[in-house]
Amino acid sequence: MSTTVTPPPKKLNRAGLEVLSYKGAKTTLCAGCGHNAISERIIECFYDLGVQPWNVAKFSGIGCSSKSPAYFLGLSHGFNAVHGRMPSVATGAMLANRTVLGIGVTGDGDTASIGMGQFMHLLRRNLPFIYIIEDNGVYGLTKGQFSATADLGSKLKTGVINDLPPFDCCALALRCGATFVARSFSGDKKQLQAILKTAIVHNGLSVIDVISPCTTFNDHEGSTKSYSYIKEHDEILNELDFVPYYDDISVEIDEGDVQEVELHDGSKLRIRKLGREYDPGNKFDALKAMDEAEKKGEVLTGVFYVDTKKPNFMEMLNMEDAPLATLPESKVRPPKEVLDQVMEELR
Amino acid sequence: MSTIEVSTTSPRSGEFQLPIVNDFSIQVATVNGSGSQTANSVLMRAIFQMGIPVSGKNMFPSNIQGLPTWFTIRASKQGYTARKKEVDFLVAMNPETAREDVMKLDGGAAVVYDEPLKLDALRSDLHFYPVPFDKLVGPVCPEAKLRKLVRNMIYDGIVANLLSLDMEEVHKALLKQFGKKKAKAAELNWGACQAGYDYSAKTFTKSDPFRVQRMNSTAGKIIIEGNAAAALGCVFAGVTVVTWYPITPSSSLVESMIGYLKRFRIDKETGKSTYAVVQAEDELSAIGMVLGAAWAGARSATSTAGPGISLMSEFVGLGYYAEIPAVIFDVQRVGPSTGLPTRTAQGDILSTALLSHGDTKHPMLFPHSPEECFSMAIEAFDLAEQFQTPVFVMIDLDLGMNNWMADAFEYPTQPIKRGKVLTAADLDRLGGFARYKDVDGDGVGYRTLPGTNHPQAAYFTRGSGHNEKAQYTEREDDYVNNMDRLSHKFVTMRSHVPQAVVDYNPKANVGFVAFGTSHYAVEESRDQLKSEYGIETSYLRLRAYPFTADLLDFIHRHDRVYVIEQNRDAQMLGLMRLEYGAGEIAKLRSMRYYGGLPLDARTVTDDIVRQEGK
Repeated sequence: MSTTVTPPPKKLNRAGLEVLSYKGAKTTLCAGCGHNAISERIIECFYDLGVQPWNVAKFSGIGCSSKSPAYFLGLSHGFNAVHGRMPSVATGAMLANRTVLGIGVTGDGDTASIGMGQFMHLLRRNLPFIYIIEDNGVYGLTKGQFSATADLGSKLKTGVINDLPPFDCCALALRCGATFVARSFSGDKKQLQAILKTAIVHNGLSVIDVISPCTTFNDHEGSTKSYSYIKEHDEILNELDFVPYYDDISVEIDEGDVQEVELHDGSKLRIRKLGREYDPGNKFDALKAMDEAEKKGEVLTGVFYVDTKKPNFMEMLNMEDAPLATLPESKVRPPKEVLDQVMEELR
Repeated sequence: MSTIEVSTTSPRSGEFQLPIVNDFSIQVATVNGSGSQTANSVLMRAIFQMGIPVSGKNMFPSNIQGLPTWFTIRASKQGYTARKKEVDFLVAMNPETAREDVMKLDGGAAVVYDEPLKLDALRSDLHFYPVPFDKLVGPVCPEAKLRKLVRNMIYDGIVANLLSLDMEEVHKALLKQFGKKKAKAAELNWGACQAGYDYSAKTFTKSDPFRVQRMNSTAGKIIIEGNAAAALGCVFAGVTVVTWYPITPSSSLVESMIGYLKRFRIDKETGKSTYAVVQAEDELSAIGMVLGAAWAGARSATSTAGPGISLMSEFVGLGYYAEIPAVIFDVQRVGPSTGLPTRTAQGDILSTALLSHGDTKHPMLFPHSPEECFSMAIEAFDLAEQFQTPVFVMIDLDLGMNNWMADAFEYPTQPIKRGKVLTAADLDRLGGFARYKDVDGDGVGYRTLPGTNHPQAAYFTRGSGHNEKAQYTEREDDYVNNMDRLSHKFVTMRSHVPQAVVDYNPKANVGFVAFGTSHYAVEESRDQLKSEYGIETSYLRLRAYPFTADLLDFIHRHDRVYVIEQNRDAQMLGLMRLEYGAGEIAKLRSMRYYGGLPLDARTVTDDIVRQEGK
């Protein structure tokens, strides 16, 4: 005999949705893959902020990382593009419908090797878009070759030593025009949440480099992207707290030496400086901190840079506020008189 | 007004010659960067304004300044607008090429040349008109640095006088060319033109037979480049996202479009644009943006040439399998790298038809005129959205970059066709959808756009590995079903693409198939074949791939069918071979030209005569 149990009331967010509405298909990535943790954080953050999932579009390139958009926000449109060229697809989609919130997930191979050109130009345009690099320093789907973010001296499972210096995607992002730049670690739940939530409301390009260890091909002794290496070398640049505009001020982080950045919708990112002389509005401070960390062999994580004033790509194009995609014929086909006028000019 | 009434004589025999009226070609040989384009356009337009059918072709190098360039203007009372191989009237302004240019002429041609070049010493069978350009330009252009540019307008005056062009029409053409904003420059140039005219009237006794006479064959017509016509087509098709990477000979398509969009597509009330144009970092990005935008519902297009098409290959395959509408203009030229980028060709047919990897097939439209550049641009967007696939509009350099006489474009009579897009209300009614399910039997599924305010709107877009519900799969049956549906969709398109234009000649055993700008040479060649060799021909002008049913019928009705095209390897014929049976293939013959110049009738005629064994 079964007893009647009253189910607990479903927990709903501001959009009236339960967390299930933010989940995706079951992951097919390896057990322990850092990418799965990032997908979880994405689900939590969109749920917490009450973003309507059908107003979000997900993009990716090719690689293990790029499979992950299938594993979160199942009620959002998704686009798995070709290798290294997700930025162009996302740019096009954002142009077509500027009211949609775009999020892209890519990897270190997808961004820093084959996709370097498109990445750089995405930066330059400051497209309002969330660009997450799931960075493990290795090609997973092709079974374990170095990528261009692998550290100098890092060792592959096969014993091969990397003898070329890495690209630092955050340094490039800073230098080339992104307006929110951060690095995190897939294992740092709290930091990654604050960064993701900031990216969700930021009105410009957010570049988030998340060190996300590959348990199958790059989690061994000698790797500089393994769980144990990152745990030992993670140097936290600043402590973060995201306060949505509709909430009272949070007390997640201690008062004192806190810098507050007001974001586009009135939400705030509170940044506690942890004793450093560091201004996240100053690119040169960020580059200096990165450089120092690199010399010391530290993996510096936190918010490097945020600029809420620079116009984004959509603003520069002076487009209609309504999505171009669905403008009515009366707006996009000039009347016959216009054609007649042009013909007259050509006679 | 004509001031020359003397009868003309042959330079060799001194015999009286009948005037040749409205049937000759002028070639102006200059160096590029010398501003000759304006003078040439004025000359062409003046003839046009006199009601005489005219065409202009610019043969220019891939260079900014200092290399030889030739502009040919053909006046033809019969209305032939193909390039004429023989030059009747040469204006030799370029010392580098002048001797060779003169040596190539047929006897009886006329030569206007810069006096110090002393070209009259080269041959005795031509009509020479030496002009001291430097002496003439001084008094009309006091500013020394402008003389190089103004100098060219002097030959307009000389030619006007020698050919009996109406100077009022020349003046009108000149004012049109410079526009209201450059009134001062127009005045300066008009002075030079008049000086040339006066010099010629005073100095020369006309001995060549070429002259113009007013006709009434251009009334209501316009002059426009194919690229500008295609650009206008996009504007009236309601294009909303345009991305591009500069490449000759397609750049002027997007550049003209930007001009028109700025004039006609900024909302008067909001002051905001109803479009976005992005100059991308390369062609890979340009097509990526187009696909992203089209996926999200914009009418999007890009324009490129062969090298760009190659770079777009992978993305176009994704567009095919993910079923995303896109319009891609390919303004064809020859070769990669430093491969004659300013010369015309039809060399991207086969590679574009099958662009990308796996099994891919793409519809292509082949405009032959500015009118069709305009109308097919509009059709391309409708086809792309109705069939959810990339559509190529195959222009070529000759059509895209040269000025053509055309009928005024017709305003579209049909509303914009946006294809099968489900709204939130549709989803409420249907309770969901399967993105790649063939509901209507035409091979085309229903799609939704991101941002559709409905929890069931979303689907996941990826490459070829998906089932009807857009879920990832590697199952054999799902893959085969999808491939077969895509094939079926392509077949459905046959009856929706522009049908061929067929001229059946009941007396003909021989049929011609041509497309694009080859049309003009073919048209003229058919007349030559008939009048000179008694060879009767039928003609089918192909306008689209997939091939329409009329092509098969045409092959059946003739003994031999010549596929005439501007590439080395008979690419269009190759495409037909992929489709037709042995019986049809046995009837196919090939006529090819691939020298980089616009195809001329004589080349076609000579080759057909050779193949027909006449």
